[in-house]
Amino acid sequence: MEIIEITGLRKAYGGRAAVDGVSFTVREGEVFGVVGRNGAGKTTTIECLCGLRTPDGGTLTVTGLDPRTDRAEVRRRVGVQLQDCSLPDRLRVGEALDLYASFYDRPADWRSLLEEVGLGSKRDTPFAKLSGGQRQRLSIALALVGAPRVAVLDELTTGLDPLARRETWSLIEQVRRRGVTVVLVTHFMEEAERLCDRVAVIDRGRVTAVDTPAGLVARAGGGQRVRFRGGPGADEVLRALPEVTSLSREGDMVTVAGQDGVLLAVTTALAACQIVPAELQSERATLDDAFLALTGRPAADPA
Amino acid sequence: MTTTDSPAVTRHRPSALRKVLLAETRLFLRDPATAFFTLVLPLALLLILGSAIPAFRQPDPATGERVVDIHLPSTMIMLAVATAAFSAIPSVLATYRERGVLRRLSVTPVSPATLLGAQLLLNLATAALAAFLTILSGHLVLGSLPPAAPAWFVLAFVLGVSALFTLGLCVAALVPNGRAAGGAGALAMFPLLFFGGLWLPRQLMPEVLLRFSDFTPTGAFAQAMHDSWAGQAPQPLHLGVLVAWTLVAGAFAARAFRWE
Ligand SMILES: Nc1ncnc2c1ncn2[C@@H]1O[C@H](COP(=O)(O)OP(=O)(O)O)[C@@H](O)[C@H]1O
Ligand SMILES: [Mg+2]
Repeated sequence: MEIIEITGLRKAYGGRAAVDGVSFTVREGEVFGVVGRNGAGKTTTIECLCGLRTPDGGTLTVTGLDPRTDRAEVRRRVGVQLQDCSLPDRLRVGEALDLYASFYDRPADWRSLLEEVGLGSKRDTPFAKLSGGQRQRLSIALALVGAPRVAVLDELTTGLDPLARRETWSLIEQVRRRGVTVVLVTHFMEEAERLCDRVAVIDRGRVTAVDTPAGLVARAGGGQRVRFRGGPGADEVLRALPEVTSLSREGDMVTVAGQDGVLLAVTTALAACQIVPAELQSERATLDDAFLALTGRPAADPA
Repeated sequence: MTTTDSPAVTRHRPSALRKVLLAETRLFLRDPATAFFTLVLPLALLLILGSAIPAFRQPDPATGERVVDIHLPSTMIMLAVATAAFSAIPSVLATYRERGVLRRLSVTPVSPATLLGAQLLLNLATAALAAFLTILSGHLVLGSLPPAAPAWFVLAFVLGVSALFTLGLCVAALVPNGRAAGGAGALAMFPLLFFGGLWLPRQLMPEVLLRFSDFTPTGAFAQAMHDSWAGQAPQPLHLGVLVAWTLVAGAFAARAFRWE
């Protein structure tokens, strides 16, 4: 049995479907990404999952329980960090953790949790004085303080600067090592690609694909891109290579897309034509490219 | 109380309520403005007005009662209760809702109703402390006597607190955020304080106004406190009015209040 099973989930607000037939399963111990652009229905999906909203249709179970009927037990087993939730300004970090720990029968040791999320020195700091990254780390600690089996983290790094985002990512890696199943909701493809074992792509309330990040990239054509500057002499030769799927040129900047191995094929062919490529670089197709291919628009566009 | 579309889960958990109450008390003590307006201001007004205005210490020729004996201290107690009800409670709850504090609680095993309960208890304790300090310092400084019918006075106080606090919850239910709560609370509070006799004592109100005031929560509260202070049982009308306001306002707040 999977730790989370969602089948045909539907939820409408005032007649407008926000989630329209979402299905996926999450395995115990994995970091599962739910990605999609803003307004795609990610938050609504996880709100149904933790019993905060009652779905209009479909079935869902978490650790074998239905959040609709076993709400109290689901709340004990699932730790949640919600989007746009904060704490009272004057509540101190240690007090917040101590308070939330008292809500659970068998809580984690909040003092060591505090150290783990890197807030050991902030124990007596009021919430209002924390930086955005520190607030998110506190929020993760609060989601974990009940020693949950599943942690649901919604838009953890939205609004964080790149450094704080990277620190938060390494924290998620730690959470995974604790053996907690993580559902990570995000609209940053880089984040999902870095952290998630598998990803569900949600677009306009529906699941477009569920796969590993690499699997999604491969599905969307996958492969590699090679870019360099150089004259047009070898274009026809390159296009004819079996590894190359497309070639485009803007001035003397050439972008060649193809399967794995395209880099070697391109450089060999260029050498044979005695063309020296300048600023040669190759990059793997990313989840961002895959997302674009799967949904038709970049993840940064609003729904 | 209801959430948008899921009823709150309440699990019996005394230790969580105690912890929440403790945390809310700490937060209250760290916010000097709220403590000032509920605890210090009514007390200061009692002492300043009572000492500075000689007429307040002259016995009424008809009753022999001085303004500082009953009217001034009981009105200050009403002011403290109204401040807790219409200023403290709505702004804290609306801010908590606006900032997702209540929503965050609703994904833990503890219902956000626990936080609401803790706020009501905390404000009840504050109002009771304000009442105690008012009675004590009135006695020590102005020579007024404590309520002559203490049991009736406690009943009047409890019913008055219930009526005003549930009205405060209605304000909290109706306002969109913490900033709006301040204005809306004042809008509800000042007319009510008028009917409670803060500016024009009920004894001096014209007959029509007095009849109307009888049916307002503050008018009924003021008169019930005044009667029990003087040693009489409050009129059933005033106790009934307070109970009725509590029921009506409580029912409305329970329907209208949103956790998010
Ligand atoms: N409480 C609500 N009332 C009405 N509409 C809502 C509510 N919450 C979300 N929506 C709408 O539902 C859609 C999905 O929202 P949401 O689940 O928050 O998306 P995401 O988390 O992917 O950005 C959006 O169009 C949003 O405007
Ligand atoms: Mg969202």
